[in-house]
Amino acid sequence: MAGLNKEIKKLRKARDKAKKEMPKRAVRICATGCRALGALDIYEAFKKELKRAGLQKEIALIKTGCQGFCSGAPLVSIDPDNILYVGVKGEDVREIVNATLSEGKTIDRLCHQSNGKPTAKVSDIPFFSSQKRLILAKCGFIDPTRLDDALAHGAYEMLEKVLTSMDPEAVIDQIKRSGLRGRGGAGFSTGLKWGYARSAKGDEKYLICNADEGDPGAFMDRALLEGDPHLVLEGMLIAAYAIGASRGYIYVRAEYPIAIEHLKLAIEQAAQYRLLGKNILGTDLNFDVKIKQGAGAFVCGEETALIASIEGERGQPRPRPPFPAQSGLWGRPTNINNVETLANVPAILKIGADEYAKLGTAKSKGTKIFALAGKVKNTGLIEVPMGITLRELVEDIGGGIPNGKRFKAAQMGGPSGGCVPAQFLDRSVDYESVKELGAIMGSGGLIIFDETLCMVDIARYFMEFCAKESCGKCPPCRIGTTRMLDILERICGGKGEEEDIPKLEKLALEVKKNSLCGLGQTAPNPVLSTLHYFRDEYIEHIATKQGSGNTGCRSCKKKLSPVLKIRK
Amino acid sequence: MIKMTINGQEIQAQSGQTILEAALQNGIEIPHLCHEQRLEPVGACRMCQVVLGEGDYKPVLACSTKIADGLTVFTESEELTSRRRAVLELLLSEHKVACTTCDADGGCKLQDYAYRYGADEFLFGSYQPKGKPSPNFTSENRGIEHDSEKCIRCSRCVRYCREVQGVSALTFDGRGMEMKVNTAHGRDLHVSDCELCGGCIRVCPTGAMREKGAKGLGRNKDLVKTRTTCTYCGVGCQLELNADPKANKVVRVTTEPGMGLNDGNLCVKGHFAYDFIGSRERLTKPLIRTNGTFREATWEEAINLSAKRLREIRDKYGPRSIAFLSSCRCSNEENYLMQKLARTAGGTNNIDQCATTCHAPTIAGLTSAFGSGAMTNSVAEIKDCKVLFIIGSNPTEAHPIIGLEMKKAMKRGAKLIVCDPRKTWMARRADIHIQHRPGSDNMLINALMNYIVEKKLYNEKFVKERCEDFDDLCKNLKPYSIEKAAKYCGISAKDMKEAARLYSQGEPSAIFYTLGITEHSCGTDNVKNLANLSMLCGQIGKWASGVNPLRGQNNVQGGCDMCAMPHVLPGYQKLSDPKVREKFEKAWGVALPTNEGGRVTHFIEWAGSRKLRGFYVMGEDPVMSEPNQHKVIKYLKQLDFLVCQEIFMSETAKLADVILPGACYAEKDGTFTASERRVQRIRKSVNPPGIARPDWQVLCDMGTAMGYPMKYSHAGGVFDEMASLNPSYAGMDYERIDENGLQWPCPSKDHCGTVFLHEGNFSRGKGLFQPIVFQPQKEEPDKEYPLILSTGRTLYHYNVGNMTRKSGISNQKQKECFVEINSATAAKCGISNESRVKVITRRGSIPAVARVSDRVRADSIWMPFHFVEAPANILTNDVFDPVTATAEYKCCAARLEKGPRP
Repeated sequence: MAGLNKEIKKLRKARDKAKKEMPKRAVRICATGCRALGALDIYEAFKKELKRAGLQKEIALIKTGCQGFCSGAPLVSIDPDNILYVGVKGEDVREIVNATLSEGKTIDRLCHQSNGKPTAKVSDIPFFSSQKRLILAKCGFIDPTRLDDALAHGAYEMLEKVLTSMDPEAVIDQIKRSGLRGRGGAGFSTGLKWGYARSAKGDEKYLICNADEGDPGAFMDRALLEGDPHLVLEGMLIAAYAIGASRGYIYVRAEYPIAIEHLKLAIEQAAQYRLLGKNILGTDLNFDVKIKQGAGAFVCGEETALIASIEGERGQPRPRPPFPAQSGLWGRPTNINNVETLANVPAILKIGADEYAKLGTAKSKGTKIFALAGKVKNTGLIEVPMGITLRELVEDIGGGIPNGKRFKAAQMGGPSGGCVPAQFLDRSVDYESVKELGAIMGSGGLIIFDETLCMVDIARYFMEFCAKESCGKCPPCRIGTTRMLDILERICGGKGEEEDIPKLEKLALEVKKNSLCGLGQTAPNPVLSTLHYFRDEYIEHIATKQGSGNTGCRSCKKKLSPVLKIRK
Repeated sequence: MIKMTINGQEIQAQSGQTILEAALQNGIEIPHLCHEQRLEPVGACRMCQVVLGEGDYKPVLACSTKIADGLTVFTESEELTSRRRAVLELLLSEHKVACTTCDADGGCKLQDYAYRYGADEFLFGSYQPKGKPSPNFTSENRGIEHDSEKCIRCSRCVRYCREVQGVSALTFDGRGMEMKVNTAHGRDLHVSDCELCGGCIRVCPTGAMREKGAKGLGRNKDLVKTRTTCTYCGVGCQLELNADPKANKVVRVTTEPGMGLNDGNLCVKGHFAYDFIGSRERLTKPLIRTNGTFREATWEEAINLSAKRLREIRDKYGPRSIAFLSSCRCSNEENYLMQKLARTAGGTNNIDQCATTCHAPTIAGLTSAFGSGAMTNSVAEIKDCKVLFIIGSNPTEAHPIIGLEMKKAMKRGAKLIVCDPRKTWMARRADIHIQHRPGSDNMLINALMNYIVEKKLYNEKFVKERCEDFDDLCKNLKPYSIEKAAKYCGISAKDMKEAARLYSQGEPSAIFYTLGITEHSCGTDNVKNLANLSMLCGQIGKWASGVNPLRGQNNVQGGCDMCAMPHVLPGYQKLSDPKVREKFEKAWGVALPTNEGGRVTHFIEWAGSRKLRGFYVMGEDPVMSEPNQHKVIKYLKQLDFLVCQEIFMSETAKLADVILPGACYAEKDGTFTASERRVQRIRKSVNPPGIARPDWQVLCDMGTAMGYPMKYSHAGGVFDEMASLNPSYAGMDYERIDENGLQWPCPSKDHCGTVFLHEGNFSRGKGLFQPIVFQPQKEEPDKEYPLILSTGRTLYHYNVGNMTRKSGISNQKQKECFVEINSATAAKCGISNESRVKVITRRGSIPAVARVSDRVRADSIWMPFHFVEAPANILTNDVFDPVTATAEYKCCAARLEKGPRP
């Protein structure tokens, strides 16, 4: 126990020091998501201007992760005033320093306009005020490249607690009681999964963090890894302790270079504080984490394909059973959790399982992070309690549909999901309800369509994605998605036949039933859900022979959603 | 045992099996495309979905779901049919449905299932093939063709290549609809890592992977399959010759998983080198030399002339003036008859066969130590070995199917010790590779034993209870310290110690060796010393533990068992034993000759000294296979009369007075005995070319013409006579060995054969330790000839190349003679890779292509002996093992010169 005290004392000392040194005033610039829009230039400009104004010691300048309000990028927030400036340009910086930082005046021009009025304070912006930021609490606030900043804001406090006062079973019990379900999309009970992994026989067990976020339009995991990597590491450490894993992998797609950079830094820093490696914090816990970069295959988000990929094999799924909990990576018991799932773990332990379980609905507990995109005024990264209605998401947080158009449908769950039409706007958003409506919660991609969008074309778009991303292992997915795409292209191209609809429907059901993994089993969902809710549009295409060419739905005058266009 | 029901039928199955395995084993067919019993399940094809229990359950995959007691499985239902049909219709939607012109017609699973489940091939519009298949990785090679438009991407070929062959030459390229079978970077198959085993063709459920040479020569359903035993190495693989009876032509070779000890696996030779059967170069009529040239003759004329000349010579010069050379390429029946012919009609004990060239030291060495000279274990045991001690053997090339079993053992965690002067495939993957100097085996083995004794790592109980003369052994070992041996052999002492520890402590360990041990002037000593090592550690007489010579020729075990050898009668019964003589004299009705017979190497020498004047050679080519070729030709030319029974005009046949055309293995009935002592059938598939005849019939006629009438209605009659005289084979007949053969000893009709030898007791009683004093090679390297030359076999060719050099695929892969040179040596001699060199010894010189690598030691070079245009045996040294007269093919002094430009 002597060792334990020494290591923990060291960590506590570091934390206390970091807390003491926490800046009173700070300018926070989103330097991850907003980087593409010039955030780093803004940072440099602030550095210069603060120096010029002699404020560089008084006001800290912090590069943060995603602050969430992506439609307002680049974002600059100012504390302790709780001010958020949107659409900031380099030339605005001098004015911000002079007016806001030196004189305490807000600049209306840089404020978000809610209901036509400039709103400076974050807490007054409906986009934020309707959220419940439990997991994203530090994301967009701390400097993700500095362990001391994370420590000052409570990082690794729960690991300390777990290692000093809980046995693994108690941790699993807490997670079970919290009702946490897998945030990757399938929604399986995390506590149960951990329990299986714990009881699996094996001398060595693996824990894998699935950060192969592949849905078009989804960036929840990316934001977490970029903005608060230590939170994910802490979740992994607690999971490793609970299930008895000694090695961990973070499977992250190579298209996330900032996430990888921040993760690498975080792992290095954690190792320095004996938060990784042998005898973590002086206890018996040994745990190492390796980063494995994915090469961009959507299917590698599927557990068994992901395992194959780490093993150096083609990223192709394997039949289950055996389940990874019995025989996973290198044939050893393996537990795989999504980034967001792991990020929930410290929060659950912090507020307590029972308190956590009060959030959400009877079967879907806690909060969920969504990547809100498409035809809404406010897009970005949001975290809401389970059970919120779709209307609240679209209207309160999203600020409604721009340009006076009407809401047509919400696409949930990406290529595996479905479209929820307007009549269900008041339905609760939770695992069960969304599934009932023919969509899935998925990892959190939420794309809003307005009335101008052609739903057949949407189905075609997602099918093209799936056909391209099918690994090719099983015929239903490999060939079935392409045959469905053939039919959809035919219809979109104005060459559809009447029998195409029943053929498409039958094929969709067969692909769903017969495919090996989740990709194929869910690939027909966009087709099935659009056929269910928007069958008229299919019939209309075929009856009027609308369309020309075979690449899009050109003559039906409806346009692809801009988000989808970017991802394409 | 697990009890369960499938479709209402109660069945029993082994725990650990999958539903599909249990069903197939019980004769219940569940459709499957990607499953193959030798491969790990992948659950790709979705055809084997079954339902557990009655009710609306979600189907599970039969291929990857394990069975459990009381499980209720239904394999057919409307829902399952609909699912399977959907999968098939999708597959057909991208398949070139060209059954009318497909070689696989009648043997295609996609076709079968489409028919069975009524799949609509036009559901998505009929597939428009791209016309000519697009060029791919198989376009350039001569053996295998891949048509990706017929490929259903089941991955069987890719997985076979990796999981069974351990080669991974095939892979998938692209994904989704773009996914195709390919090699790395799309390299042509024959220049990729591919070993051309053809397993990809065998596992392909459609016509996507096919034999190029068989294209258009018969659809699967038109061909007649004849199961037989492979005619190449001594592993004894089972295969099916697929013949078109109308054309009297073997069109392709097929296998089934589970077939034979090879489990349906074959190597490039077994699979593709069958072209020689129908070769235009086959001998079709008897030939008689008149005035220096050959003319065609009738059988009667040729046999009568041969019989007359042999008889005349014997009558004039005595029984030692004629000799008979039998062949391990021929059947047991033929070897039995040849030695019978020599001893009855010929009246001489001058009878030998090619084991003298290779494994005679094995028989001599192991018989003296254990009491019988053969592989002590079986192929099926290899996978259970925990430590493999491989010395002087290159199994992945010379015995590829045994190599596969070793790969299996490695996969299961076996430790691998390889002692070989070359970095073979196995050596590169070994836990310990002892790359000792050629010819230093006994120095190495003695030192290992010395260390084992010194460190008390030996099995004291085994030594005490089962062996004798241990003290003599120990006394002899004293001077052989690890350090001294390490210095002489040029290896690390640490590796030797580790190897000694591993082998002695393995649970269990087994020794495997080949000609790297026997083809030395101290070959018999080498074998005896391996026997010593195994006994010392008690690593013999157990499952997966023993001493295992891997025999080189299809029937070299049988040829030895038939004792076409001077000093023993069938079943290794001593000619000198009066009881044995009496038995055979009674059975054969003649007095047995009393002269001391010679070995083939003696025959050559005697021909040179004119002691030997008449020579009958069946299926052998001593000009190519004996050392110092110039001398062999000179001596054979001095014979008064040479008769050769051959299938091709061999180099020896070119010197003959009479040539008798024989039938090859595909054209006759008989038996071969595999390395693991398994006696297996060969069966006639096609008629011999022209008026060529099975050798056993020719031998009978020859005996009759020489005055000893021999007549059998069928090869089985010969076998029965042999079995009645050979106690090890006594329990065997064609009926009993029909399916899977039997392993000798099989002394009675109710005996089911012997899997491994020397359990409880050695054949001779106690195992005999025989102290071995290290003898260096006879021709040491010197200033003039500074390198040690070893010769050997490659994967793609076989022995003197008579057959494989006529195979398109083998010859494409390896078309000319090469010499392996260490890069340091090459640099010293100014030789670059792929350049022409001359290899020179005191006996001659031959051209070869340089292969510069780290495969051989800097003090050695290595070359194959398959190439008639560059016969390595011009170079080899005609010095012999004193016991068996086996030549020292593995060590002679040589030098390299830059060769002439081609």
